[in-house]
Amino acid sequence: MKRSTGAAQPAAARPAKTGAGPGRAGDGAPTVISARGLSLTFETDDGPVNALSNVDLEVGRGQFVSFIGPSGCGKTTLLRVIADLEQPTGGTILVNGVAPEQARLNRAYGYVFQAAALYPWRTIENNVALPLEIMGYAATERKERVQRSLDLVNLTGFEKKYPWQLSGGMQQRASIARALAFDADILLMDEPFGALDEIVRDHLNEQLLELWARTNKTICFVTHSIPEAVYLSTRIVVMSPRPGRVTDVIESTLPRERPLEIRESRQFLEIAHRVREGLRAGHSYEE
Amino acid sequence: MRALAQGRTVPVMAVVAVIVLIWYAGTFFLNAPFERDQAARAGREIAFGELLERTMAQERPVLPAPHQVFVELWDTTVNKAVTSRRSLVYHAWVTLSATLLGFAIGTALGILLAIGIVHNRAMDKSVMPWVIASQTVPILAVAPMIIVVLNAIGLSGLLPKALISTYLSFFPVVVGMVKGLRSPEAIHLDLMRTYNASRSQTLWKLRWPAATPFLFTSMKVAVAISLVGAIVGELPTGAVAGLGARLLTGSYYGQTIQIWSALFMAAALAACLVMVVGLAQTMVMRRMGERP
Repeated sequence: MKRSTGAAQPAAARPAKTGAGPGRAGDGAPTVISARGLSLTFETDDGPVNALSNVDLEVGRGQFVSFIGPSGCGKTTLLRVIADLEQPTGGTILVNGVAPEQARLNRAYGYVFQAAALYPWRTIENNVALPLEIMGYAATERKERVQRSLDLVNLTGFEKKYPWQLSGGMQQRASIARALAFDADILLMDEPFGALDEIVRDHLNEQLLELWARTNKTICFVTHSIPEAVYLSTRIVVMSPRPGRVTDVIESTLPRERPLEIRESRQFLEIAHRVREGLRAGHSYEE
Repeated sequence: MRALAQGRTVPVMAVVAVIVLIWYAGTFFLNAPFERDQAARAGREIAFGELLERTMAQERPVLPAPHQVFVELWDTTVNKAVTSRRSLVYHAWVTLSATLLGFAIGTALGILLAIGIVHNRAMDKSVMPWVIASQTVPILAVAPMIIVVLNAIGLSGLLPKALISTYLSFFPVVVGMVKGLRSPEAIHLDLMRTYNASRSQTLWKLRWPAATPFLFTSMKVAVAISLVGAIVGELPTGAVAGLGARLLTGSYYGQTIQIWSALFMAAALAACLVMVVGLAQTMVMRRMGERP
């Protein structure tokens, strides 16, 4: 089986549009994800539901983009469209310069779900090795990559454990290691820390930033926590429900180096305030 | 003493004792009319003590006493060479071999059908109703015809009987495995999709391991009804060997003790088979990292 590096198409060939719309790529980085007028309508028994309505978005290479909004604002749906797990009903979207399906076939991204989704009959190392087995890596390289990924999420020493023997936070770290094991340069994360308590979450946020700095991956991160979004992101996409749409895009002015204490700084609080304003503007506090 | 009271031994023994008591009482009441009749014909009175003694030792009782069945079981298993036609072990083996062959074919067939049903929409729509319909036909009516038809095309001996076991045992496996293969959660399947995994990779790395507990549960049911199938296969065909043949000759000649000992042998066999599948399940699930 042939392996793909995931970035076969030169994404840089499509220069990012600047200055136009709420979704410009910012800092001039090559565009990795670009959506134009993206819509998705689910047909349900109670009539059509507009999960996404006319969404424009540009994500540049190496950015950390958070999608924040209340339940039903389409943030998870948007992530699933990027991952080719849902089909849009309108508009266009390109991932690495190609259609999402092609990007998926190229194995362009690693996806981290809300639950760890580890296979209970596999040890931690075998769970991390799962995508490598499927993609046809040789046994020796598999071993090497599993070690490297587990090391990145500080899980060395837990290779032989089964998922139930690990805490929720460790399980989620293992699932991140699994998404890092192959050479995808996009990491799509759907509320990965939503089910964890705040202390564990703080710790994992810190580790995630560290990991992002070390790997240079492009990260799309869905959350409903304002501090989490502000702390992690280089840019925050604020969304609102019914129909799901983008109401504000905020470029973070925080430095790349972010100790946990930065969350008490004036700058941090100002950005958090603007996110809150954006959410309120989208009438998200109605319910 | 405390350990004994808290264990399962005491309750189980108590239940067994009650059953044996009821059985003895039943033996007395069911066999007594015959003895009274005999006494009346001979024109003499029969005392209670003698009546009790005689009802427990008839040659062809309506209901044999537990100790009669036990003696017969002992006599036909321990005291006879296993190759002898009079040995119950020999007959049990004849039935067991058909059971195991039928169970193996039935399990394989059930798994294959389930994989087909899960992966193919047309099969999903068309096969399942037939699978269910197959089980509504009384096996006792079908069994002789299967044997006759297979005989006509030159198949006889072990295989026709095994196929009747197969006919019964594939059903729980199909139903259980369809459910098992469909048991993975949506995110586990989504994960496979993000890796662009092929259908066979999804089957072997996700669906199959997820279905394993379902498979063993189905196999426990399947192995027990395989035995029923093998016995039923021996009944209407004039089989010369096997537990079914023992039941049949027993009923021809009114050998109730022989019938009951064959029944007990079949029950013990079924219990052993289910236990073996259960042990295999424990071992496999432990290897799959199941939480103890």
